[in-house]
Amino acid sequence: MSKYSIFSLVRNAISYHQNWAAAWRSPEPKPEYDVLIIGGGGHGLATAYYLAREHGITNVAVLEKGYLGGGNTGRNTTIVRSNYLWDESAHLYEKSMKLWEGLSQDLNYNVMFSQRGVYNLGHTLQDMRDIERRVNANRLNGIDGQVVTPQDIKRAIPQINIDQGCRYPILGASFQPRGGVARHDAVAWGFARGADMRGVDIIQNCEVTAIRQENGAVTGVETTRGAIRAKKIGVVVAGHCSVLADMAGFRMPIESHPLQALVSEPIKPIINTVIMSNAVHGYISQSDKGDLVIGAGIDHYNGYGQRGSFPTIEHTLAAICELFPIFSRVRMNRQWGGIVDTAPDACPIIGNTPVKGLYFNCGWGTGGFKATPGSGWVFAHNVATGEPHELNRPFALDRFVTGFLIDEHGAAGVAH
Amino acid sequence: MLLIECPYCGVRDESEFSYAGEAHISRPLETEKLSDEAWADYLFMRKNPKGTHREQWLHAAGCRRYFNAVRDTVSYRISATYKIGEQPPGEGDK
Repeated sequence: MSKYSIFSLVRNAISYHQNWAAAWRSPEPKPEYDVLIIGGGGHGLATAYYLAREHGITNVAVLEKGYLGGGNTGRNTTIVRSNYLWDESAHLYEKSMKLWEGLSQDLNYNVMFSQRGVYNLGHTLQDMRDIERRVNANRLNGIDGQVVTPQDIKRAIPQINIDQGCRYPILGASFQPRGGVARHDAVAWGFARGADMRGVDIIQNCEVTAIRQENGAVTGVETTRGAIRAKKIGVVVAGHCSVLADMAGFRMPIESHPLQALVSEPIKPIINTVIMSNAVHGYISQSDKGDLVIGAGIDHYNGYGQRGSFPTIEHTLAAICELFPIFSRVRMNRQWGGIVDTAPDACPIIGNTPVKGLYFNCGWGTGGFKATPGSGWVFAHNVATGEPHELNRPFALDRFVTGFLIDEHGAAGVAH
Repeated sequence: MLLIECPYCGVRDESEFSYAGEAHISRPLETEKLSDEAWADYLFMRKNPKGTHREQWLHAAGCRRYFNAVRDTVSYRISATYKIGEQPPGEGDK
C-alpha cells in the first residue's frame, strides 16, 4: 500500500490519476478469524484499526452488511465536540477529541477535521445555569470551554438573530473552540485503509444472520456469505444492536429511532462554525461544498426505516428560521434518516455481555460520530484483553442492573 | 406523516399524537421481593423488534387517552389500533 504524499500525488498526476491503487482489498471471507467485528461503520473500522495497531491482532475480519460507512457514519451531521457534563462521558469523548486532533496524520488520510468551534445556545435562564455548570465541569476535566454572551455570539456569527423579543431569545451559549466537524466518509475510508494495510479483511455485502455459541461462549457467525468461525466477536452495529442481541439470546435496554438530517443547496460561505440549540431543537453548520447541514431531534417512535416524519423536519426548520431568518428562503436539497439506538440514559453501552467472547459497542444514540476514534480505541482494548478499558468501564451493560446510570440526557448540550 | 386511527376519535394526523413506547409491559407484583435483574428488565429492557411492534400512543391533542397500536417498524404501517387492556385483533393472550 503506497503512502499518500505530495510525491505520490505528483507521480500519479503524470499518469492522469488513472493508476491509483484501491485503498483497501475486497477479500473472500476465510473460514476462521481470531476476531470478527460485525459492522463496517466508523466505530467498527476504528476498532479493527486499533486492534491491529495497538494490540497487534491482525487476523481480523470486519463484516458489513451493506457498504462501508453506508449507515450512520454517512448519515450524521459530522459534529465533533467533547463538552459533556459527567466525568465518565467527558473523559471518553475527550479521549476521542485528542485522537481526532492527530487522526489525519496517524491514518495518512485526510479526514478534513476542522476545529471551527461549536456553540451550544441557551434560551432560558435555566439553560444558562446549566451551561455555566457544564462549562465549569468541562474546565475541571481539562476540556476547553467558555460561556459567551449574545453580543459575543453576534460578533462571531453576524447572521444570527439575537433579538430579545422573540419566543426563544438567545441568552448566551457555551463555546468549545476545539470542537468542529470532520468529513464522515473519509473517516470510514481512512480507518478502512489503515486496518486493511495491517492485514484486516474488510468484507462488504456480508450480513450476519445468526450468532453461534456453545457452552455460553461464541464460536462464530452465520452470514449471507457462509459461516465464519471466531472465538471473539465485537458487535458495532448502530441501530441494529437489539436485533443482534436477540440473535445472541439476551435483551438490550435500547430503542431504535429514526434521526433525520438535511442539506440545502450549496451557497457561498456564510457560517464558519457549528451552532447547536438544545432548547429549540436544531443544529447547523456549513460543509466545504457550501451546503448548510441541518440536524434535529429524533422521531419519537421506534423505527428501522431510515426515514422519518415531516412534522419533525418542520419543527427543526422552524427553529433554524428563528435563529437565522436569513435562511428562510434557502432551498433544501436532500433529506434522509439514520437509525439511532438510544439507551435510557443517552449513553453508549460498551463492554462485555452475558455471552463469553461476545462484546457490544452500541447505544451511541444521536451522538456517536464524534466518538468514532475513541470508541474504536477503548473497544479494541476491551476485545483484545477481554476486560474493559478504564474509560469504558462505566459504560457496561450491567449499569442498568446496578443503577449506576450516566444521566447525560439533556445535561450535555445534546439535542435530543 | 402517519395517519393514526385513535380508537376513540377516528383517523387523525400523526402530529396530534405522542409516542409512549412498548405496550403490554405490566408492572411486577410484590416488588419488594424483586431481584435487581428483574427490576432492570422491567424498567429498561425492551424488545425493540425490527418488524411488528405493539406499542402505546397518546392522543395528546385530542381525547388525551392512551391506546395501543400494532405497527411495522420498517414500513411504519399501522395494521391495527385497540384500547388499553384489549389484545390486538386476531391474537390471543400474550
